[in-house]
Amino acid sequence: MKKIWYVLPIAITLFIWACSSDSDSPEPMTDDDVSITDDDVVPVTFDRSAMLTNWADNIILPAYNDFFVVFADFQSAYDTFRTARTEENLVVLRAEWLEAYKSWQRISMFEVGPAEENGLRLNINTYPTDVDLLEQYVVNDDQDFSLPSNRDVKGFPALDYLLNGLAETDAEIIAIYNTDTTGDAYVDYFKDVISDIESRVLTVLDGWNGGYRDTFVANDGASATASVDVFVNDFIFYYEKFLRAGKLGIPLGVFTGSPAPNTLEAFYSADVANELFLEGLDATQDFFNGRHFATTGSGESLASYLQALNSLKNGEELDVLINDQFDVARTMVSNLDSFRSEIENNDPPADMLLAYDEVQRAVPLLKVDMVSAMSISIDFVDADGD
Amino acid sequence: MSQVRTYLNQRVEAAPLAVFRILFGLLMFISIIRFWAYGWIEKLYLIPKFHFSYYGFEWIKPIGQWTYLIFAVCGLASLAVAVGFKYRLAIVTFFMSFTYIELMDKTTYLNHYYFVSILSFLLIFLPANVYYSIDAKLNAQKRFQFIPKWNIDALKLLVTLVYIYAGLAKLNSDWLFKAMPLKIWLPSKFDLPLIGDLMGKEWVHYAFSWIGAGYDLFIPFLLLYRPTRVVAFGLVVVFHILTRVLFPIGMFPYIMIVSALLFFDSKLHHNILGLLSKWLPIDKRIFDNNAILQPKKGVIHTIKYGLVSLFFIVQLVFPWRYLAYPDELFWTEEGYRFSWRVMLMEKSGYAQFKIVDKDTQRWFYVDNTKYLTPFQEKQMGFQPDFILEYAHFLADTHRAKGINNIAVYVDCQVALNGRLSQTFIDPNTDLTQIKDSFEHKYWILPFEEEIKGI
Repeated sequence: MKKIWYVLPIAITLFIWACSSDSDSPEPMTDDDVSITDDDVVPVTFDRSAMLTNWADNIILPAYNDFFVVFADFQSAYDTFRTARTEENLVVLRAEWLEAYKSWQRISMFEVGPAEENGLRLNINTYPTDVDLLEQYVVNDDQDFSLPSNRDVKGFPALDYLLNGLAETDAEIIAIYNTDTTGDAYVDYFKDVISDIESRVLTVLDGWNGGYRDTFVANDGASATASVDVFVNDFIFYYEKFLRAGKLGIPLGVFTGSPAPNTLEAFYSADVANELFLEGLDATQDFFNGRHFATTGSGESLASYLQALNSLKNGEELDVLINDQFDVARTMVSNLDSFRSEIENNDPPADMLLAYDEVQRAVPLLKVDMVSAMSISIDFVDADGD
Repeated sequence: MSQVRTYLNQRVEAAPLAVFRILFGLLMFISIIRFWAYGWIEKLYLIPKFHFSYYGFEWIKPIGQWTYLIFAVCGLASLAVAVGFKYRLAIVTFFMSFTYIELMDKTTYLNHYYFVSILSFLLIFLPANVYYSIDAKLNAQKRFQFIPKWNIDALKLLVTLVYIYAGLAKLNSDWLFKAMPLKIWLPSKFDLPLIGDLMGKEWVHYAFSWIGAGYDLFIPFLLLYRPTRVVAFGLVVVFHILTRVLFPIGMFPYIMIVSALLFFDSKLHHNILGLLSKWLPIDKRIFDNNAILQPKKGVIHTIKYGLVSLFFIVQLVFPWRYLAYPDELFWTEEGYRFSWRVMLMEKSGYAQFKIVDKDTQRWFYVDNTKYLTPFQEKQMGFQPDFILEYAHFLADTHRAKGINNIAVYVDCQVALNGRLSQTFIDPNTDLTQIKDSFEHKYWILPFEEEIKGI
């Protein structure tokens, strides 16, 4: 019997082993409630579940709900324009479209759960628009918006073309809308695009209201599919691919060497691309800081998570560095002329390239420093860590 | 010399080696099945368009759909090893196929894969099939109850080396005095039953660091010393299962647990095999024939002793090659691999490559996702040899697209063990002008801090 004592630790270990999840992810995953001791005196607790709740209830859902408020104004402006196709109504419709487009920038990054399943971003904001195909659909009225191949003839970019790209001047555009033969066809197509946007975003909002919100908040476990891990990956992916590359890098030609202004977001509007980018950047930074949507409050966020981790590490204040970098990027971009004129009038577009570099500088801070500090896996390839 | 001869003539029971052969073969078989079932063959070897090669092994690549065949061969060979059927052929096949798999892409480098490779190499020279195997059952001439003692000692020596080198590698200031990287990794393990609440405590991070280092350094001796052996084995089980729970390290813990069984007296192994014989229609008694496998003489066997000795000399010396390089080992990783440096770093990086057409002065950045999988990009981001190999690949790719006079630069930011990221590679170095070699990579910018220790 004297040998029995060493069986106990083995039994306990086996018990823990049996109970723990068998995740073969490349790196240790983060989990909820990361308690952190500050100099071993006052325990600081970071509650990841509280962060998920804050994201869902104070940022994501309010942003989706607000989108429909703004979008309703846009739709009523459309209805007015449909019955009275005047230059004044066109100007109003354009302004409401811009508000709706900006509201979209506030939800574009939430490509998770129902939005991911429905490929929302690709369906709402794929640009540049295929103008030839769009014109063909207007004439034949045989478009099928459920086809992936038709993503570039609908959404906000298609509306941009219909509002700004049909002709040079407003008078000419109005003339097209009032033409006997084609006017109604354009107006009808406009309506189809509006309905497609509305129904798709509504599907996503219904998904959130119909149970995904609870799934999202409850999924605070330790795995590659946990909400925080998934969302941080999506957040960085949005910043890198859609904000940095899509709105700046690709039009600048930083990946090809030749500028391509036609790939600008809202290409047919004079200077809207800047505004849309800045709205996206604001949305990114507000999300990072956990700021409640459209109110002054804030809650647990990536920034407060970094603060909590930092109190353990006594390192540099990473959340401050990231916010500073966002601010520098915003200042640089704000000082630019319209993206289109920057690109078309300068060879190379030096100022805009410098602004791009500042936007780019936040990527390693997010992707290397933040991810590393939080021990979040940047991808979901399974492999044994070492 | 006579002492050497005396040693070579000492004999031990073959049972421990047979048990090891069976368990090792089975574990390897499970490994291959697991790898296959997880879809990793496709994900890691078929989907990527570009593969990172080891220096000098650029000719070893995945072979399309035939890659599955290599894994199938490897799996069958491991089964043949387990049952001891045509053992020599089986273990050579296993070593070749497994090593080929590991050399196909260094993105997947893991110390324990390397361990399996060299272990199977060593097993080629050991008579693991003379006892409790199909080979020995079929041929009474090849049936021996006793084998030369050095056969088992060689395996014990290899295991001991792995532990001690792994322990020595932990004797650095980050591990011991900053509890890094465990301080980053452990807090994320909060949902573990019983111990989850402890994972965020700083003293736990330090305790795990120091105990881990102590464990690696002393466990071989506790296993070798008879009075502490049973306790030591208990520690082995606890330690490795715990690492399995905390970290995604696959089959490694089980391999080490099986290896630790080698240190026991043969009584245990006879019991294990006796138990096995109750379940399987195998008559264990036919192997207990008191026959002794005598060390043979002749050129072949002299060569064998030479090879095994050379193998151990290399194993002893190779992990120290980092001393030949200046600057911080964790930063440059010159001499980092193949040296039992396990779980020492939380390191990540981000690399943005810039292609310059020197004729037109036109330039652009590379979208890495066009050429690399996320896993490859992640591994490439902080390892200099990956960055250089990829830069050359980019140069070749774009030369083919018509840029003749090309330069490739990289803006690479790397964070190590909780420090803020800093610039990793000299952004003004045209990487196309650099040839990969074993020389110091002077184009890596110096590490701004110092990590003291071995």
